[in-house]
Amino acid sequence: MAGEAVSAALPGWYTLEPEPHLLGSRCTACGSYFFPRLTSFCRNPACDSSSFAEVRLSRTGTLWSYTDACYQPPPPYVSAEPYRPFAIAAVELAAERMIVLGQVVAGVGVAQLKIGMPMELVLETLHRAGGEDKVVWKWRPVGHGS
Amino acid sequence: MEVAAGGARFVNSEVAVLGVGMHPWGKWGRNFVDYGVHAARAALADAGVSWQDVQFISGAATMRCGYPGYVAGATFAQALGWQGAEVNTSYAACASGAQALAAARAKILSGACELALVVGADTTPKGFLAPAGGYRPDDPDWVRFHLGITNPTYFALYARRRMELYGATVDDFTQVKVKNSAHGASNPNARYRKRFTREEVLASAMVADPLRLLHVCATSDGGAAVVLASLEFAKRHGRQVPRVVAISTVTPRFASQEVEMPDIATDSAAAVAGHSFRASIATRAYEEAGIGPEDVSLAEVYDLAASTELDWYEYLRLCPVGGAEQLLRSGATAIGGRIPVNASGGLACFGEAVPAQALAQVCELVWQLRGQAGERQVSGARVGISANQGLFGHGSAVIVKR
Repeated sequence: MAGEAVSAALPGWYTLEPEPHLLGSRCTACGSYFFPRLTSFCRNPACDSSSFAEVRLSRTGTLWSYTDACYQPPPPYVSAEPYRPFAIAAVELAAERMIVLGQVVAGVGVAQLKIGMPMELVLETLHRAGGEDKVVWKWRPVGHGS
Repeated sequence: MEVAAGGARFVNSEVAVLGVGMHPWGKWGRNFVDYGVHAARAALADAGVSWQDVQFISGAATMRCGYPGYVAGATFAQALGWQGAEVNTSYAACASGAQALAAARAKILSGACELALVVGADTTPKGFLAPAGGYRPDDPDWVRFHLGITNPTYFALYARRRMELYGATVDDFTQVKVKNSAHGASNPNARYRKRFTREEVLASAMVADPLRLLHVCATSDGGAAVVLASLEFAKRHGRQVPRVVAISTVTPRFASQEVEMPDIATDSAAAVAGHSFRASIATRAYEEAGIGPEDVSLAEVYDLAASTELDWYEYLRLCPVGGAEQLLRSGATAIGGRIPVNASGGLACFGEAVPAQALAQVCELVWQLRGQAGERQVSGARVGISANQGLFGHGSAVIVKR
C-alpha cells in the first residue's frame, strides 16, 4: 500500500501502523476490556467506574472458529465487482479473554484455517472510496505470506 | 422474603392457555396486520371467547436492523375493532412473542385482567435482513454488515466449533434438516412441506462454510396468536386447558461469552468469569416451572441453522455438553423418540417470521399437549418447552404443561 492514499474505514478503531492494533478500552477499576472503545460507563454490573484507559489490544490470538461469506452481503458492505468471497475468523485474545471477529486476508480460504491456529492482525483494503483505500483490520494466520 | 437463586420468587405464576391460532407461514406479500388478525381470530375461536371480552391485547413487534418497526398491539387492536382493551407492544427481536406473552401473564397474575390476547405477525423482505443505510459506526449492527458479516456467519462459527470440539459432521447438520422436514411435511401451517433428502441438502449452494442453503432457515411471512386467561377464569368456564408455567426472558450476564449478533466482539472475561447466556435462558425457565429436563416431553427450539438445533439440545440439558450428535444419531429427537425436537418442523419448515415465531412455538406446544397435532403428534406429551435466541441479547424459553 506504500505510496497509496490510505485511511481507516472505521477511524479510531485501530492504529494504522505496519503492525496494527485494535484500539480498545480497559476499565481502570475492574480491569475489564472493551472493544469497540468504551468511554462512558463500565459494563461490568459489579463496577461503578466511568474511568477508562485506551489500550492497544493484543494483535495476535488463537482461531476460535471460522467460516466464509459465499454470497455477497447487502449494503453497507461495499463489494468489489465482481464479488469475491472471503473467509471470516473469530479470534480469541488471551490477555483480554475476548473473541473478536473480522475478515480473513484475501487469498486465505477456509481450507487453510484450523481452530486453535495462531492468528495475527493486519490491515487490508475493505473498499475504495474517493480515490483512497479504506483499510480495516483483518486476521491472517501467523507466518502466512509475510 | 424467600428469594430464589435467580433473584425472583416463583409463586402462583401459572396462567391458562385458552386458545391458539396461526396464519400459515409463507411469502404471501400482504400486510402483516392481515396475518395477525387471521391468527387472532383463529385463537379467539379456539378459545371460545369473544374479542369484545378481551381486556388486554399484547402485540409482538419487529424492528428490523433499524428500519421502522411495526406498532403491533394498537395496530392489531384497531384491525380487530377498537373495544377499549388495555394495550402493549413488545420488542425483543426473536423473543418478541415471548416478551408479549410475559406482559399478558403479568397483567393476569397481578389481577388487572382475566383474559388477554397475544399476537405476533410479520411480513419479511427478500434476502438477507440488512440494516438502515448511512454511515453509522456507533451501531454494531451497521458495523458488522459493513465488514460483510451477515447472520449465517454467526450460525456457521458455532457449527464449526461443534465439528472441532464434539466431532459433529456435516451429515449431522443435514440429518437435522431431513428430520425436521419430515416432521413438518404434514403441518398445514408450515411454509416448506417437502421431505428433503440428504442428497438435496448437500446439493444446495454453500452459504457460510460448512452450512449450505438448506441448512439455514429462510425468512417468512406469518402470524400467531395465543389467548391467555387466569386459572380462575378457565375454571369458571369449565375448561381443562394447558397452562403456561414458565416464561424466561433473562438478559445475558457479564461477561457473556456468546458470539452473538450483532456484536463484533464478546465481553471480556479478563476481570470476571464468563457466562453462557443461552444455557441460562433454559435454567431460569426450569427453575420457574420447578421441573427439570427429564420432565420434558418435547421441545421446540430455534434451528436458525440445522447446527443451532444441536446447540439447543445442550442448552436445554436434553443431553450433556458434547452429547448432541449422539442424541440426534440415536433418533431420540425425532417423533417417536424419547424427546422429540421441533415436531412442528421448526424453522427449517417455517422460515422465520420474527415477532410471530416465539408464539408459533407456543401454539405447537399447546396443540401437542392437547393431542391435536395429527400426523406429527408426540404421544403422551405432558410438558413442552420452547427456546429461541435473537439479536441484541434477547432470548426466551416458555414451558407449557398439560
